[in-house]
Amino acid sequence: MKRSRNVFIWVGFAIVLVALVSYIPLFAVFPATRDIPWANYLLFLIGGALLAVGIRRAFRDPGRYRGRLSGSILTVISVLLFAFFVVSVTYFSRQIPGAGSALGVGHRAPAFTLLDTAGKQVSSADLLNNHRALVLIFYRGYW
Amino acid sequence: MGISVDSPAESQKLCQSRGYTFPFLSDPKADTIRQYGVLHPRGGEAGQDIARPAEFLVDATGTIRWENLTDDIRVRARPESALQAIDRL
Repeated sequence: MKRSRNVFIWVGFAIVLVALVSYIPLFAVFPATRDIPWANYLLFLIGGALLAVGIRRAFRDPGRYRGRLSGSILTVISVLLFAFFVVSVTYFSRQIPGAGSALGVGHRAPAFTLLDTAGKQVSSADLLNNHRALVLIFYRGYW
Repeated sequence: MGISVDSPAESQKLCQSRGYTFPFLSDPKADTIRQYGVLHPRGGEAGQDIARPAEFLVDATGTIRWENLTDDIRVRARPESALQAIDRL
């Protein structure tokens, strides 16, 4: 009897890959899926469950299903990818200096004059003259 | 408005790709970033000084009236919190 390809293993692994790479271009764009990356955890869970089903039938019924070796390798890779994701969103993304040195509410906002994207000098005084308030957003940038 | 250590040209690319229409200023030596106390020393890929993510609301008298200092680069202020702070001015 010809052993059939173990589809669950490959689909499960594909979903694990999507779970990893979809965060930055897609789910991090929306605060609801960004702050706690539940959508990515859910995808990891679905991918992991499919892998588990595939591995189980590969070992229980090796006469019918392939995938003992590929399933084992892809499961190990999936576990490592999941660990990388968890460490990235719980540890690496928190490696910034504390907020202790930042100016607090009630402090005077230091004035500044900087170049805008057109290379034109823009001062905080000009901006405040024309608006009722100013929201300053400090970005890490791409350097 | 936005501030980063990026050059005006780099910031323009960011604004175009994200559709930002607010002014985006370039602070290459991180002077203003330092003055607001939000420097991330050697936080850049090649060890440059950059800004940690932070948001401040400054009123017309030049006083800081609201701020958001995240401890996670993924988790930035939500627009509605800044808008609520503006409504309270």
